Amino acid sequence: MAATLSSTSLPAGSGPWQLARAELRRRTSVKISLSVVALFVFMAAAAPLLSALGGWSPDEFDKSAVDPYLGGLPIGPFGGISADHWLGVEPVTGRDLFARVVHGAQVSLFIAFAATAIVVTAGTAAGVTAGYFGGRTDAVLSRLMDLTMSFPSLIFMIAMLSVAKDVNRILLMTVVIGLFGWPGIARVVRGQTLSLKHREYVDAARVAGAGPWRILSRDILPGVAGPVIAYTTLIIPGMIATEAALSYLGVGVRPPTPSWGQMIAESVAFYDTDPMYFILPSSCLFLTVLAFTLLGDALRDILDPRGSRI
Amino acid sequence: MILYLGRRLLGVVGVLIAIAAVTFTIFYVLPADPAAAACGKSCSADRLAAIRAHMGLDQPVWRQFADFVTGIFTGRTIGSGQYTLHCEFPCLGYSYENSQAVWDLLMDRLPVSASLAFGAAALWLGLGLSAGVTAALRKDTLADRVLMVGAVAAASLPVYFTSVLLIYGLIRATGLLPYPQYVPLGSDPVQWASNLLLPWLALAILYAAMYARQSRSSMIETMAEPYIRTARAKGLPRRTVVVKHGLRAGMTPVLTIFGMDLGGLLAGAVITESIFGLPGVGRLFYGALSSGDQPVILGVTLLAATFIVLANLAVDLLYAVVDPRVRY
Repeated sequence: MAATLSSTSLPAGSGPWQLARAELRRRTSVKISLSVVALFVFMAAAAPLLSALGGWSPDEFDKSAVDPYLGGLPIGPFGGISADHWLGVEPVTGRDLFARVVHGAQVSLFIAFAATAIVVTAGTAAGVTAGYFGGRTDAVLSRLMDLTMSFPSLIFMIAMLSVAKDVNRILLMTVVIGLFGWPGIARVVRGQTLSLKHREYVDAARVAGAGPWRILSRDILPGVAGPVIAYTTLIIPGMIATEAALSYLGVGVRPPTPSWGQMIAESVAFYDTDPMYFILPSSCLFLTVLAFTLLGDALRDILDPRGSRI
Repeated sequence: MILYLGRRLLGVVGVLIAIAAVTFTIFYVLPADPAAAACGKSCSADRLAAIRAHMGLDQPVWRQFADFVTGIFTGRTIGSGQYTLHCEFPCLGYSYENSQAVWDLLMDRLPVSASLAFGAAALWLGLGLSAGVTAALRKDTLADRVLMVGAVAAASLPVYFTSVLLIYGLIRATGLLPYPQYVPLGSDPVQWASNLLLPWLALAILYAAMYARQSRSSMIETMAEPYIRTARAKGLPRRTVVVKHGLRAGMTPVLTIFGMDLGGLLAGAVITESIFGLPGVGRLFYGALSSGDQPVILGVTLLAATFIVLANLAVDLLYAVVDPRVRY
């Protein structure tokens, strides 16, 4: 969506970041998606607090909330929603769904954010280096990007996660997911760096005797920051979806640690007997991915209007 | 052109060998000893050593890898003594699980995955591109808004969620479609299609949404180009301008992602195949994981990488056809 930067009531000579912020504030989709993102991030960050408030820990069984004569289906309407269990309970075990959803948010979002951090850091570093130094450095890094992109990433991630020894699953997943995402952002940054490195202000810095490190950090990096921010927001939903897919397939975090993908996998068997159980984690996943995508779209329109996509 | 093709094919082989090396290192060095697994619980040291020698695991890793790579190109002889097996070209080794040749296993399953991938691709290209181009040509109208809101929502739905909704809506509640069972295309094309329709839909919804978004933005960019204005100024009908001038350039970015997506799916849509119980490469892979069947895992990974690399090559060659500015 090509942005029409409306001249709002900003004073003349506002900086680019001020203009961007004003434009962001103007959009309804940004307001809505930002509030959804904020809600889920708050849920994730305050998970132990929230589940303490609800009175149940995510692994606590409550046999009194399920009906043993109905195959362990929750007692009460909409999957056992009651004053005691705010979002109902899991069939069979009676574990509190509110506690599991907020703790699941913590696991899912932590992995997604940490993997994104790895991807963005590695991708930006590789892209800036390849673009700025060019020549052999560029050739080697570009080949490496091509090679990484030729990897069947989902198949590879599944395989790596299933053979790896049981160390810290969350950390392992973060690294494995982060391993394959960097070439995309590296290409964007490389292209952007190539177009920046012979601008007058960069040449001026070079003539003034600035070394490569100073030029990169003071002149090039701020120039690529806009597309990087937009791109970062747009890869977060992909990361959330990947984590969920891996946990859904059973190679992600191990039970009893909850994650949204794993909850969906467990609830699929109950989709027609206890639909709430299935809908709850699915809609959390859906809303988060949707909100980040909308936010990313808006940021890309504003910060990277010419579209330095691959 | 021929020179370019030759150079690219060499590159393809290089990339595949590199991927094989990485996969080999990870899956043969990291996990537990497959010989011990094959030998069982009460296993004498002698027997373990014999099995290890039979599987070639007593060799250094680089030697095993070199054998593996030569096997792919020329075939090789596996084992020793009376248990010698000749594994023919293209040799990917034998499954630890049922001693079948990995290549045969893959070729058995490939038609299922290919049916799934090509059918879904046809569906999502049709849906996605028409939605994207329609939205681009009616930019900022109500139709555009509705299509794009639908696309961004559909792109946020995971495959396993849409699949369950589809299974419920089209099988459980209404009985419109049969529960998918793979019927080979050759034996009954109608059954083949009606059984695969549901998995096709499940995959296509997600991809169509992504392609609608991508093709809309690239089409808007193209339609703003000066040469489009020139074509209009010449008095060409709008239809000709859009179809002959706009689509051609506007679809090149879509072509790039299409190559990657199709290549990736050909070697198995692991999630979709396991939800619908389709016996494709993805299911084979998933089964091999739980039993630690490394030759099969390696085989599927290589097959997937081959498809991705070849699809990329095909896309690059197609560029020259689609975009007249590209010459090799």
